[in-house]
Amino acid sequence: MTDERHHFRNFALLWIISSVIVTPIVIWVIGPGLPPGNGSVEASGQVTDNIVLLAMATPVALLVLDYLAYAAWAFRERTPEVVVDGPPIRGNSSLQFWWLIVTTTLVLVLAGYGTARLLADGSGGGQGPNPIAVPAAPAGTTVLPVQVIAQQWQFTYRWPTFGGVETRAIELPTNTLIRFNVTSLDVIHSFWAYQLGVKADANPGVNNVAFVTTKGPLLFNVRCAELCGVWHGYMFNDGAVVPRAQFAAWIAQQRAQYAPATKNLPPYSQTYFPPPLRRGG
Amino acid sequence: MTGARTRAFWTTVLGLAVLAAIGLYIGLYLINVPGSVAAISTPTGSQLYVATVATAEASDPHPTWVSYYGVNASSSDWRHDTTFQVPPNTLIHMTIYQYDTATGLRNPYFSQPAGTVGPVIINGKPTSVVDPTTPGHTFAIPDIGLSVPLPGAPSTAKNLCTQAPCSLSQAHVTVSFTFRSPGKGLYRWQCFVPCGAGFIQGNGGPMQTVGYMGGFLKVV
Repeated sequence: MTDERHHFRNFALLWIISSVIVTPIVIWVIGPGLPPGNGSVEASGQVTDNIVLLAMATPVALLVLDYLAYAAWAFRERTPEVVVDGPPIRGNSSLQFWWLIVTTTLVLVLAGYGTARLLADGSGGGQGPNPIAVPAAPAGTTVLPVQVIAQQWQFTYRWPTFGGVETRAIELPTNTLIRFNVTSLDVIHSFWAYQLGVKADANPGVNNVAFVTTKGPLLFNVRCAELCGVWHGYMFNDGAVVPRAQFAAWIAQQRAQYAPATKNLPPYSQTYFPPPLRRGG
Repeated sequence: MTGARTRAFWTTVLGLAVLAAIGLYIGLYLINVPGSVAAISTPTGSQLYVATVATAEASDPHPTWVSYYGVNASSSDWRHDTTFQVPPNTLIHMTIYQYDTATGLRNPYFSQPAGTVGPVIINGKPTSVVDPTTPGHTFAIPDIGLSVPLPGAPSTAKNLCTQAPCSLSQAHVTVSFTFRSPGKGLYRWQCFVPCGAGFIQGNGGPMQTVGYMGGFLKVV
């Protein structure tokens, strides 16, 4: 056996063994802890996607890292007092061919997988005013529309099926398909409910729709993910997914509390174009 | 001293001078914090007096910008500080002298006061909601759910105050309310009326600069 074949066999063995050991660890040990967690159906889907991506990337990364380690060990200079140049490196067309085939296949498979996943439920992302991926609501439930209104520097939430009341807090019922209609009254913001796996840009004059299907009770954070001015870093609030009865009580209390302000609100609309008011002074 | 030694000496001196200048710049930046207005202790809590005015004082770096000021009860001592220092978990009685005129709310939702202890008193009258076209500003601390609309002074008044400082004899609206301060920390407050005249949609300049239409509640 030539030296080259000997090294190829050793390295291949090293790569296969390390991949067989590390990839299951990535899938079953590291994977479940990947972001954004399991706060919603879409968030769980994102965790699965991250596991798939990481599992497919792991053997590729190991190929590079193993080779680095193997080369440092196998091709080290054993007689450092006599430094001589190594043999010239020549191309290996067979290796190059298979490298291209394998990596191209990997990329195409991941592109197909990503597209299919995106079309399945939108993956919690903003889909613009005419969403093409509309997930099905859990059996026996209907979709709950929630309008997210961003402004410098606070999110408020409007509930068209509850008298059009607007609230500063957000609570959502468990096991419900939520349709977020995200818009802005001034500059570009981004509605990011991390634990729910939802992130949608809030553009003035645009209704950006994102879907999420809640699961069990959960506390979640809402942050603005678009640099929007001096108080951008303070533009966040907490939310909660609560049992249906608790949500019903909460929204009824909000309707009563904000009844005076509700009378002042414009009719519910997918977007708002408030006049660019300027102080008279 | 040889030429090489001379060059080394002066290079070292120059290097040390540059380092000292950088250190001085950073040091001055770090110790240069905005001034604050401390609430006055009263038997029933702490009292803050604040004013809004259409344009800052003539000597201000931005004399055309709308601004909040810390003032005293008689509106005779004006301080251009927008960090308000209060004790934790205490009732804070706030009186705002609104000398600026109306602009109107971009989001009418903020026409209803929220987060106060007891009613908001506007010119002596308890008020549960205001006409959304009348506020000149709002005073809001979103982290604690506080939001109070401040109706503007009548624009037809003959004795409007257009530049700080202003006196109580000039047209104004007095807004009083009480809220409970949160635990120790730094909480931003801001105005939710797009009142930055001359900037796109009124949201630039004083709206984007701490010290004018925003600041901090410093709870210590």
